[in-house]
Amino acid sequence: MNLETLEVAEAPCRHLALGARQETVASAPPVLLLAPRTRWLTVDTREFWYYRELLYFFIWRDIKVRYKQTAVGAAWAVLQPLMTMLLFSLLFGRLAKLPSQGLPYPLFYYSALLPWMYFSTTLQNTTSKLVENQHVITKVYFPRLMLPLSATLCGLVDFGISFLMFAVILSYYGVRFAIWPGLGLLYFPILLLLTILLALGVGLWLSALNAIYRDVKYVLPFLLQFWMFASPVAYPASLIPPKWRWLYGLNPLSGVIEGFRWSLTGRGDLPYRQLALSAAMILAIAVSGLAYFQAMEVTIADVV
Amino acid sequence: MHSAAIQVEGLGKRYRVGEREHYRSLRDRISSASSAATRFLTGAKRRAVGSHASVLWALKDVWLSVPEGQVAGLIGRNGAGKSTLLKVLARITKPTAGFARIRGRIGSLLEVGTGFHPELTGRENVYLSGAILGMKRAEIARKFDEIAAFSEVERFLDTPLKHYSSGMQMRLAFAVAAHLEPEILLVDEVLAVGDTAFQRKCLGKMGEVAQEGRTILFVSHNLGAITRLCSRVLWLDGGRVRMDGAAASVVSAYQLEGFSHRAQWARPASLAATGDFSFTEVAVQSRTGDRTSLFDGNEPVNIGLVYGVRRRLSGCQVGIRVLNAEGVVIFTSGDADFLGTSAAPKDPGHYRATVQIPACFLAPGSYSVLVAAHLPERSVYEVIEGAVAFEITAPGSLAALDGRLGVVTPLLPWSTNRCEEAQP
Repeated sequence: MNLETLEVAEAPCRHLALGARQETVASAPPVLLLAPRTRWLTVDTREFWYYRELLYFFIWRDIKVRYKQTAVGAAWAVLQPLMTMLLFSLLFGRLAKLPSQGLPYPLFYYSALLPWMYFSTTLQNTTSKLVENQHVITKVYFPRLMLPLSATLCGLVDFGISFLMFAVILSYYGVRFAIWPGLGLLYFPILLLLTILLALGVGLWLSALNAIYRDVKYVLPFLLQFWMFASPVAYPASLIPPKWRWLYGLNPLSGVIEGFRWSLTGRGDLPYRQLALSAAMILAIAVSGLAYFQAMEVTIADVV
Repeated sequence: MHSAAIQVEGLGKRYRVGEREHYRSLRDRISSASSAATRFLTGAKRRAVGSHASVLWALKDVWLSVPEGQVAGLIGRNGAGKSTLLKVLARITKPTAGFARIRGRIGSLLEVGTGFHPELTGRENVYLSGAILGMKRAEIARKFDEIAAFSEVERFLDTPLKHYSSGMQMRLAFAVAAHLEPEILLVDEVLAVGDTAFQRKCLGKMGEVAQEGRTILFVSHNLGAITRLCSRVLWLDGGRVRMDGAAASVVSAYQLEGFSHRAQWARPASLAATGDFSFTEVAVQSRTGDRTSLFDGNEPVNIGLVYGVRRRLSGCQVGIRVLNAEGVVIFTSGDADFLGTSAAPKDPGHYRATVQIPACFLAPGSYSVLVAAHLPERSVYEVIEGAVAFEITAPGSLAALDGRLGVVTPLLPWSTNRCEEAQP
């Protein structure tokens, strides 16, 4: 109701589109009205656009700092899923002899670890984002959403790198056993988007909660461990007895991860109904996360 | 109506005093990760029940209007609401009541080096900090050489910030800040740190900025700088504007109040002790330990400080600064002034310190004492301006009697020998 009146008097980049409510004064600089918060769920796209460079700088900082602080840098993005894949193949594959939908174990595990690793590391980074940046939050304004969002997008760099490794593994098995992804690959962007949205949605909840209760930081490792075993990462979803499927389906990641495996290897089926349920839940989590984050955002500088 | 750059109407900001402490106590109760989940639940419940937290209005019914191009100063004691006002105007926190209308691009400088990262190089930090403070990438690139020259650390721009001395970091941070070009600039106390020469350079730069017609709201404990830079000063007291007018008259009225000889300062309830460091009590004492604010010139003046430390602070120094009635700084003294010894880290706990101003040192007159704790050239933990005040009523030495020049009247040891007899 207030957005439509916004007139850009100067060059767009000089213009500060601002959070609360805006009004226009003919041929004058932008006017910003600061008042107690009254509305829920307002994403000011104009403001977001104005701050887009800051989002870029946050992502750039995180990547840069990580590569400066680690000895092997980018290799971690490959080593982590690779080592886990080897461990799972040995433990759950060779020893426990869990079924793998007819896929070679490395392929079976890596195709699920790809989204899982992205999800779990991103969630950890997103959760600590507000607290980590408290000295900035209490000293300068910018849309707080930039922080969790930057963590979510930053994780995509690692995802890309480990995806390259997956391509190598896939080519190897493709040549040897003729396992190639089919048209299911077209679903890949949608599945990735769902994973990003879920990581962001849960991340918004947890990062805001973490600002009030630092306990979240301690709970998170358990949550992630639990969540991994509640998702078809180390085993196929078909292992779950049918009468418990509905419960299993309440985990939004189960549909997504099964989908990933199907999309990337061409084996098994796309769990359509499961995926639709996951998508609906992910959307609900993301929207509620945004609402909670924004409700918190108002006082975040006071409590963090 | 719309001609003001900053128009504040009935602005209020309420804090629940218990809020922060609540978080702390919750954390304290958690000792092991394994019990975290259950504690979390009890904590959440406790929070809902614990609505008895007392309410504090850091700002209440503040009305003010700053016309475009004016440089206005904001003074007041700690807890008067100066920083809260800047935070509301800078959009860091939302007001609870009333509203403010800001006309123009606003920038805030509430800290030096906001967003600096030790792992990144000086060059990278200029970009990062600039972006966080609201500059565009192209703008930073355009001003980069100027920023580098201003910082005087050009040679180290490709060195990670962690290898910089704190003074160098400060220079770089100021250089970025000095090149911000918003139409409205909010500045908080940032000039309290750094060496004098560089401070002067920054004040000069700020004066320049002011002359370019930008609107500035400037909070400082440095009354000299306020009077020099600002044409108008607002005095905040207890979250309200107490006085608003020409710089000189407001500053002198403020100082006058500061000299209503208070021998003791105790932390007011309005000033929650939430930081890592907080003063709880400051007192002026006689040689015998009595609280008094009237001294004879030949008596020493003891300043007693009581403070609490919540987190181990290494390099933290506690100091006092004595100012005379004209606001001239007579001297500044810190608890780690001896050369060659670095300040011992302060472990959590309560501390009691006393510093003695020797007899026959201060001339008769009124003095106010500022107490502060800081990490030299890095950060200021707490400053209590005009915490206590005292008066020297009678001269302690001849030096104070004959109206000679000088702000102090120390009795210095003289040694005089006749080396040679005069030739007849």
